[in-house]
Amino acid sequence: MELRYDLAVIGGGPAGMAAALRARERGVERIIILERAEKLGGILEQCIHTGFGLHYFGEELSGPEYAGRFIKEVEKTDIDVRTDTMVLSIGEDNTVTAVNKKDGVLKIHATAVILAMGCRERPRGALQMAGTRPSGVMTAGTAQKYVNIDGYMPGHKVVILGSGDIGLIMARRMTLEGAEVKMVCEIMPYSGGLTRNIVQCLNDFGIPLHLSTTVVSTHGRDRLEGVTIAKVDERMQPIPGTEEYVECDTLMLSVGLIPENELSVAAGVELDRVTRGAVVTEMRETTKSGVFACGNVLQVHDLVDFVTMEAQTAGEGAAAYIRDRSAFDGAEYIFTKTGPGVRYIVPQKVNIHAPEDVKLFFRVGAIYKNARIVVKADGERISDKKHVRLTPGEMENVTIKRDTLKHLSPDSILSVEVEE
Amino acid sequence: MAENKVTVMTCVTCPIGCTITAEQDAEGNVISVKGNTCKRGEAYAKTELTAPMRSLTSTVKVRGGRHPVVPVKSRTPVPKARMFDIMAEIAKVTVDAPVAAGQTVIADVLGTGVDIITEDSM
Repeated sequence: MELRYDLAVIGGGPAGMAAALRARERGVERIIILERAEKLGGILEQCIHTGFGLHYFGEELSGPEYAGRFIKEVEKTDIDVRTDTMVLSIGEDNTVTAVNKKDGVLKIHATAVILAMGCRERPRGALQMAGTRPSGVMTAGTAQKYVNIDGYMPGHKVVILGSGDIGLIMARRMTLEGAEVKMVCEIMPYSGGLTRNIVQCLNDFGIPLHLSTTVVSTHGRDRLEGVTIAKVDERMQPIPGTEEYVECDTLMLSVGLIPENELSVAAGVELDRVTRGAVVTEMRETTKSGVFACGNVLQVHDLVDFVTMEAQTAGEGAAAYIRDRSAFDGAEYIFTKTGPGVRYIVPQKVNIHAPEDVKLFFRVGAIYKNARIVVKADGERISDKKHVRLTPGEMENVTIKRDTLKHLSPDSILSVEVEE
Repeated sequence: MAENKVTVMTCVTCPIGCTITAEQDAEGNVISVKGNTCKRGEAYAKTELTAPMRSLTSTVKVRGGRHPVVPVKSRTPVPKARMFDIMAEIAKVTVDAPVAAGQTVIADVLGTGVDIITEDSM
């Protein structure tokens, strides 16, 4: 089946829905959302804890509630939604090929495409862990689906490796459901999760957090029987003699998220080496004309509220592109550059004639106390702000004034750095 | 005479997670709160030291729904000390589909004055 749309949005999670809605508000008429699952909402469906929406709605919602608000908004519009639909490729001319049981193969000719596929968890295979391969080893998100969607407990005695937010949330969830969560081990000397989650998910239940500690081996033939943990040195190598056996039937991994960019790469979109998401402009246009990216497929966010806001930017970008693509194709860009202490910056490119102030989002590489975030344009300081605390687990941002951009030339460099 | 007690805590009201220092007198009354960046932080510190409260979420069984369980939450935070008792009450409940989002599944759970409501339709 061949279809013609102004905008095709790939992924119907919080990013895809917010991007489609904003594009619709900005006058884009024919929009389609393509979603792999049976319903809109993405991963929020299984995130039944609260804490979503404090920034965007000013109230504390659960994941399903947050998603529900956007699903309702989408339903009120004439945006077409195809669920149970898998996108196979994005062609040269932004033709999206997708497949589902009802329509068979769909060829969607779109002027613009928004990538909103989200991310997935780093699996066990990505870790160097010795030992047997019994059942009972799973990612925290898989465990979350078992408990919150399928309604069954994946185990009784749990060790969690990695202190990312999903791992912390699952430590609490499993404890409340009667499991014994023995510990959370984190290979880094600091936690990758939000401080509030350490407090309300671990401290509240007396679950110990072991920093600079990892799981070196699993034991058990059919079912996991235990793990060996060990302290690690500064180079993150296990320290001989610090091994300790911990009995458990479940090992949950919360060791990072990876943007799901197979489609983007196949379509010729350039990725950032650090974020593993697309290289984008301030409107979230990728290196492929008319293809935009937002949400966790672009950079892994801490809060869905920021996913929504980023998706709205991409929706505005796509709407502007559909209206007049010449403004995009002929734009003059400068590159952002990470200075000392900063791991990455999104966007990587900024239009020097941007009509509005531009926010740069970034993460620092270590924990800093009373440090300054300094922005420089061609080596000259343009802003400087003191932060009581900076941590890699929390995304930061700085605003670049439109007036500042105006004075830059296409070969200027805008850098962000940490000054101690 | 007993001395004033100083507690350092992380506010869990929102993801900013301010570090708050609160001082209590010998009777346990909170006499000062510092380090919070909003009013909610002050309120949090006071309740945290006197009667800590937490949002509680879980699932209840559903018959004939899209999934075997539907997510539920306490409409407002519940006493931290009663979380496990409330979990036991939630475990007893089964609802029949269709279920609307925001539907009460347990009214005034264990006399706390807080309802347990659904988060999603099912």
